[in-house]
Amino acid sequence: MTVAHTPGGPAARSRRPSGDGRWAAILLAVPVLGLVVFYLWPLIRTAILSVSTGNPFLGYQITGFDNWVQVLTGDELPRALLNTLVYAAVVLLGVPLAMIAAVLLHQRGLRFRGLFRVLYFLPVVTMPAAVAMVWRYIYNGDFGLLNEVLATMGLPTTAWVADPRTALYAVAVVGIWMGLGTNLIILAAGLEAIPDSVTEAAMLDGAGPVRRFASITAPLLSPSVFLVSVLSVIGSLQMFDLLFVMLGRTNPALADSKTIVYLFYEEAFVRSDRPLGAVIALVTLVVTLIVTAIQFRLQRRWVHYA
Amino acid sequence: MPERSRPGRGQDARAGLRAGRVATYLVLAVGALLMVAPFLWQFLTSVKSLRESTVAPPVIWPSAWHWENYQRIFDVLPVETMAVNSLLALILRVTGQLLIASLAAFCFARLRFPLQRALLTLFLATLMVPPQLFIIPQYEVIRDLNWLNTIQALALPGIFSSFGMFILYQFMRSLPVELDEAARIDGANPWQIYRRIILPLCIPALAAVTIMTSLFSWNDLLWPLVINTDPSRMTLPVGLATLQGAQGTDYPVLMAGSLLAILPMVLIFVLLQKQFIQGIAMSGSK
Repeated sequence: MTVAHTPGGPAARSRRPSGDGRWAAILLAVPVLGLVVFYLWPLIRTAILSVSTGNPFLGYQITGFDNWVQVLTGDELPRALLNTLVYAAVVLLGVPLAMIAAVLLHQRGLRFRGLFRVLYFLPVVTMPAAVAMVWRYIYNGDFGLLNEVLATMGLPTTAWVADPRTALYAVAVVGIWMGLGTNLIILAAGLEAIPDSVTEAAMLDGAGPVRRFASITAPLLSPSVFLVSVLSVIGSLQMFDLLFVMLGRTNPALADSKTIVYLFYEEAFVRSDRPLGAVIALVTLVVTLIVTAIQFRLQRRWVHYA
Repeated sequence: MPERSRPGRGQDARAGLRAGRVATYLVLAVGALLMVAPFLWQFLTSVKSLRESTVAPPVIWPSAWHWENYQRIFDVLPVETMAVNSLLALILRVTGQLLIASLAAFCFARLRFPLQRALLTLFLATLMVPPQLFIIPQYEVIRDLNWLNTIQALALPGIFSSFGMFILYQFMRSLPVELDEAARIDGANPWQIYRRIILPLCIPALAAVTIMTSLFSWNDLLWPLVINTDPSRMTLPVGLATLQGAQGTDYPVLMAGSLLAILPMVLIFVLLQKQFIQGIAMSGSK
């Protein structure tokens, strides 16, 4: 009959008491403070900055949409947008590669599976700034390993990251290499979730490995493939480290290879034009939302939810 | 008739299976070689002489092993200081994130309070926004606190990231309601439920958050690059990037430095493979 018992009483079984308000206020105070200071306020502030003029020392005044006009009508942003989308599209080719690896690794009775997984996953845990240096060296036009390999195979060579025609693609190959392990892990989890009985039934019906893959594995795996594709594209839209280190500021190919986040960094922190940086950041948000929305629309055509 | 054809078909199938197996190993091995080749090349280059690292065609095997390159990297870059900065920032960010994220996740997953949905939406919405949107104002906040070029500056925004909260929230929601109810009947308050019941059950999710946050922190470039410009407060990735700008052609030293920088995470990964893979799977799958 006492008040202290009501929380555990029968009425509370389905809906727990709303008497946690005070506790929630205490426990959430610091997390909410941090969220407001470091995430919610910054969103508002970025929006305000994007319509302001001024400089870091004297402060900013709201003046209107001049920054937006300047960024949207300039030639740097469209170029960076195109570069970013091309980069994202090339890195997306890593998804079928990861699928092949995941399906091969999933075979029953495979030996060294653990070892293979470790090796494929290794680039994921390594620092992009560090491996970008290695790749830059491998791509070197004069004494790079890649050109040597290509030359012995009789294939054309070039200064991969100094040539504006190839730089972005060269970086994207590294993007594929770095992301393969993550994609592989998520796809492997998707494969694990396909019940053995389904594949066994198909096998008994005489379906060969190709048929089994096309009619059973692929459709049942499609939600995982979709997830991996969305994550891959979102990650690609934020690419910065690889480009920053692999190309370097004095690279002749840089002007033609900047991604949108690189442009953001340059505008906001090298040229210290925060308002223009804010506009670019907001454009990134819009682009991310549009691209993700497109992916979600397209998924109806090829993703099968069991 | 079917009796006789069956063994034949079985043999065919077995031969086909064996050929398929060989092809599988071949493809996987070539793939694995491509994945690790850059690391092998990095190591081999790190022990070459400067001259040998820039000859064409490249020499695969070093003619002499120049281990002193690992000494020289310490001369051209304050590696110890930067490693300590990276490590301190990591510890601060991970412990802060674990505490903040688990508290917030607990409230949303196990308590009922006004404005719960709206607040949760706010927390999760920040995960959908590209991080660049936060950076300029975050920089201003840190500058106004007079914390530019400090360790806490490196860790602070990451401490309050909703990433860990999202992972933990999903995990905590999957725990049975009866746990809290039984504890409440015994007179436990929400803090005690969090501390004694829920948190100990979340070890796998806490491990995943620890690993992923450590990776983010150790490998991050953009935020440390803009927030700490004083070399004595730089992290390893920033130090390496600036070193490349300054001495972009001393490849053996650059390779030695980058190898040292990736080694800690690689070693931890090899030791804790299962947890790493679980971490990726947890943060990847919705």
